[in-house]
Amino acid sequence: MKELKLMKGNEAIAEAAIRAGADAYFGYPITPQSEILEYLMLERPYERTGMIVLQAESEVAAINMVYGGAGCGRKVITSSSSPGISLKQEGLSYMAGAELPCLVVNVVRGGPGLGTIQPSQSDYFQAVKGGGHGDYRLIVLAPQSVQEMADFVGLGFDLAFKYRNPAMILTDGALGQMMEKVWLDEQKPRLKDFPSWATTGKSADRERNIITSLDLDPLKQEKHNFNIQAKYKKMKEDEVRFEMIECDDAEYIFVAYGTSARICQKSVQLARERGIKAGLLRPITLFPFPEKPLKELGRQVKGMLAVEMSTGQMVEDVMLAVNGRVGVEHFGRMGGVIPSPDEIVVALENMIKKISKS
Amino acid sequence: MTEEIIIAGFGGQGVLSMGKILAYSGIMQEQEVSWMPSYGPEMRGGTANVTVILSDERISSPIINKFDTAIILNQQSMDKFENSVKPGGMLIYDGNGISRHPERKDINIYRVDAAEEAAKMESARTFNMIVLGGYLKIKPLVKLENVIKGLAESLPERHHSLIPVNEKAILRGMDIIRPVKEL
Repeated sequence: MKELKLMKGNEAIAEAAIRAGADAYFGYPITPQSEILEYLMLERPYERTGMIVLQAESEVAAINMVYGGAGCGRKVITSSSSPGISLKQEGLSYMAGAELPCLVVNVVRGGPGLGTIQPSQSDYFQAVKGGGHGDYRLIVLAPQSVQEMADFVGLGFDLAFKYRNPAMILTDGALGQMMEKVWLDEQKPRLKDFPSWATTGKSADRERNIITSLDLDPLKQEKHNFNIQAKYKKMKEDEVRFEMIECDDAEYIFVAYGTSARICQKSVQLARERGIKAGLLRPITLFPFPEKPLKELGRQVKGMLAVEMSTGQMVEDVMLAVNGRVGVEHFGRMGGVIPSPDEIVVALENMIKKISKS
Repeated sequence: MTEEIIIAGFGGQGVLSMGKILAYSGIMQEQEVSWMPSYGPEMRGGTANVTVILSDERISSPIINKFDTAIILNQQSMDKFENSVKPGGMLIYDGNGISRHPERKDINIYRVDAAEEAAKMESARTFNMIVLGGYLKIKPLVKLENVIKGLAESLPERHHSLIPVNEKAILRGMDIIRPVKEL
């Protein structure tokens, strides 16, 4: 039986982690995601399921604890907000190199630097293009509601283990702080059997498992890179997730994820009230990115407006997907400012004016 | 039916918890709800506000800039949100601490002097429930029994003894709210 609650997005992530059968959470507090750690400490999952919750001495320590736990084949989660996620990048690069699964939650705040504690989407590049050094990607999920904040915890773990690669939930302070109805899954048991690659103590009947991101032989390292890239190719084939709203007859579409996608749904309504055939494509996976549906919509619509709370990051991936077939523009607010549904419609109207002139 | 509400006032007036009780009440009658608080620097400056949406349909944007109803509990919020009420919408305010009364001609305006009334009740902390009662008198979107259920859900069990006081405050609010300007 699913359970109905009214929860903040941050709390929903924490509760969903317990119910997904996570083995451990390691983290360090930072606004606007501290409720994740606070909720877990209050909820005492070590008494419910045996899940460990630990406040590390820093973000760097926390991600290395995640590395260790993942190396043992455990389901491990960490969370932070933008400046803290930057600190975790070295660990994430090592884990991608060592092919280890984990779930990282980034409740984004405005940047650069310490920036602000208000919501933003300015960590898109960092999340989808790798973030740390080396050729690697994270699986990136972008929830738009408290329900999806909860649902994507289980999904994130599943994908991370399926591909032996870190997965990230990329969200922001608005979704972290707001409360909505959420149906919570039943408690899943924690894993008893560990994956074959896990370092759980070598028995006499098998070779030893080695977890490392280091190989000094260039040819071996190149082969390793090919193997990792093959996984990303497979993700692009099998794991793309997106939602289309009012796109069937759309002449113009918004492309937006997370909080911006929620606001754009209102903008679609407002635009249609004003006689503009508007729609919305909402990427749910940011990596792998929904290139194919955008390419197809590129043949149908007259223009696309990427709406992001940033100076324009995802817009580049939209442009790559449509490859010049249709005009793509960007509208965004920054530094913790959330755009209103109305100003997005005005931006759309301005784009339409520009297109009909040319 | 969709009702988009902003409740705005000082931190400590119970603005966020009033929104929470309203959201819980909506859930009790199987509505979609969202509760979007101001957080961070806004709150630290002493003002607090929350946007609550109750709807029979899936809620699109939880973040909005035009409201069906604004419940305004201090002057800063009056300055900030009076113009955010949709034409034909509703503004409810507490006269206490208000130096400039609302001036809009195209909205319904009601006054509920909850601070004054709360001081007469056994607990001044029922202030926000008096305001909520006033609102529900004008817009009975959620049933009183569902508000009581919502209260029980949102209050920790050790505070359940306070539910009758809160119910009384809601009823009091229903009595004292009065129109300033009706369209």
